[in-house]
Amino acid sequence: MLAYTIRRLLVAIPLLIVSTFVVFLLVTFSGDPLANLRTKQPPPSPQVIANYRHMLRLDQPVLVRYWHWVTGLLHGDFGPSVQGGGTLDIGHALFQRILVSLRLVIAAIIIAMILAVIVGTISAVRQYSIADYVFTFTGFLFLSLPVFWFALLLKEGAIWLNNHIGTGFKTLGESSPIVGPGFGSHLVDALEHLVLPTITLALTAYAAWSRFNRSSMLEVLGSDYVRLARAKGLSRSRVLIRHALRTALIPFVTVTALDIAALLSQTIITETVFQWRGMGDFLFTAIRALDVYAVLAWLLFAAIIVIVANLIADLLYAVLDPRIRYD
Amino acid sequence: MTSRPEEPLDLSSPGAPVQGMSLRQEAPPPSAEYEFTVRARRQWQLVLRRFLQHRLAVASLAVFIAVVLFAFIGGALWHYNYQQFTGDYSAPPSLKHPFGTDAASHDTFAQVLRGTQRSLEIAIFVAIVSTAFGTLYGSVAGFFRGPLDSVMMRVVDLFLTFPLLAVAAILGDQLGPKANGWFWIALVITALTWPYVSRVVRGVTLSLREKEFIEAARALGASNARIIGRHVIPNVMGPVIVTVTILVAAAILTETALSFVGFGVQAPDTSLGLLISQNQTAVETRPWLFYFPGVFIILIALTINFIGDGLRDAFDPTQRRVRA
Repeated sequence: MLAYTIRRLLVAIPLLIVSTFVVFLLVTFSGDPLANLRTKQPPPSPQVIANYRHMLRLDQPVLVRYWHWVTGLLHGDFGPSVQGGGTLDIGHALFQRILVSLRLVIAAIIIAMILAVIVGTISAVRQYSIADYVFTFTGFLFLSLPVFWFALLLKEGAIWLNNHIGTGFKTLGESSPIVGPGFGSHLVDALEHLVLPTITLALTAYAAWSRFNRSSMLEVLGSDYVRLARAKGLSRSRVLIRHALRTALIPFVTVTALDIAALLSQTIITETVFQWRGMGDFLFTAIRALDVYAVLAWLLFAAIIVIVANLIADLLYAVLDPRIRYD
Repeated sequence: MTSRPEEPLDLSSPGAPVQGMSLRQEAPPPSAEYEFTVRARRQWQLVLRRFLQHRLAVASLAVFIAVVLFAFIGGALWHYNYQQFTGDYSAPPSLKHPFGTDAASHDTFAQVLRGTQRSLEIAIFVAIVSTAFGTLYGSVAGFFRGPLDSVMMRVVDLFLTFPLLAVAAILGDQLGPKANGWFWIALVITALTWPYVSRVVRGVTLSLREKEFIEAARALGASNARIIGRHVIPNVMGPVIVTVTILVAAAILTETALSFVGFGVQAPDTSLGLLISQNQTAVETRPWLFYFPGVFIILIALTINFIGDGLRDAFDPTQRRVRA
């Protein structure tokens, strides 16, 4: 298992190198990073533009730039940024944003998984009952819901409630600008801001997972060993939880692990609606500012997440299913 | 038991943008009893019959076709253009303006029609091109196996390491404002979705190539191209169609999300996502501007998802459990 993990990580390194290279070319050729500077009024002096060109290494060939970027990464240097007059430390800024987004992603995943297991199991056990139809329909509805539209709807609904009933939903940002002293009030403030985005993200994520759990549950419930367990006199609930659900959760867990990467897209949209200063804002601001190295840092992080999530999914599969052995 | 790490996961379509759809990869052979008591039908007839029994899917298909006709024919017939100033400012829905008007006096009905057209055009483009390319790519990789397969699948892995929305936003920022921006957006989404199709196709092809009928075709002297074209591709169409319906729903949601954050379809053109983005502050004061485009996105995505569900049941009836 350890050897397998190490081998997989070693295989991931060339994949990461090629993928960063492709991304580097893609971002480099997708636009002129100085376009915003050139159209500025009053126009900056040629000397300023030349300085920026030099700082962004645009006076060097692409391959040399890539080499500088990679070697810089090994020293923890993510490259120069055009934002903040060239003073933005990309690595530091991105790290702050990741911490902000992470609490949203983790909260949403936990809630979505619990919801998916409960809903999927009930749907499978009571297949073709009214509950199943209702769950199936709501599942498909959330699957088809544009996340930004749903988020806006929740946000406006919360604002309406705040104005008419006096509830205290927090609809903007990931924290209040002024918070009382102490760790406790910061925690409460962060949790309050977490409520609406988490609901949005959890509901859009649970839908697909509950469908998946339903179908894997159905497959297990139809199998012979479950019938045997019932036949030898075990209670329904014991068969359901100890025998059926445990097996059905194996593919379910791996699929959710794989999905965490895809959840990133939903997260950055949700953050945009609730105006969080998280990873989404970092990426979109960087793209608008044509900040090549900031975009690259973001994509590098995303690629690492995808590769690690894939590895975790495979390893979990082996841990949970004794029939799978890696060597 | 030794197992390749990817093997168990391939069955459940890992990493597809919309998961949770367990894709069984081949239809089980009809039982002997079934074959003797029922008049022989071709596989496609069986699939069609099973699909028609799925009432929700058939109803969804009808609604989807209605939406398509509505967008393309209605758009041509409607007496307002989506860019036209009608002179009615922020009017609520009425007979003259079924979906109301916005602050600049645009007719929302005309805008929604136009936005629906754009979203559907993008979805159809993504469906056709990613199916064609993904199927060809996946079947070649799965059929020839060996080093060619390894290289081709590493390329797929490469594509899958990029988060769809982020890369689409980077490219959309540059390509969206061009003339024919929608075409470039469609191309970008296609470039990022075909790997999912090819992964599914490769998985099915790997098991198909060991089947007797392929061996028989080869014994008869059929060339590789003929075997792939005549025997492999028709047999992978089931899982492909199911995957593609899911991808199309995902493509619509991606395009609208992209336009919403400003990296997709750009004004003066319009799309459903862009309309919502432009009207997001009007939810309370002029709700019609916000709800109608949203409802159309949901209508399209929901019907496509239901059609996909019906097709999956039709191609793979094993999920229908009779025994309690």
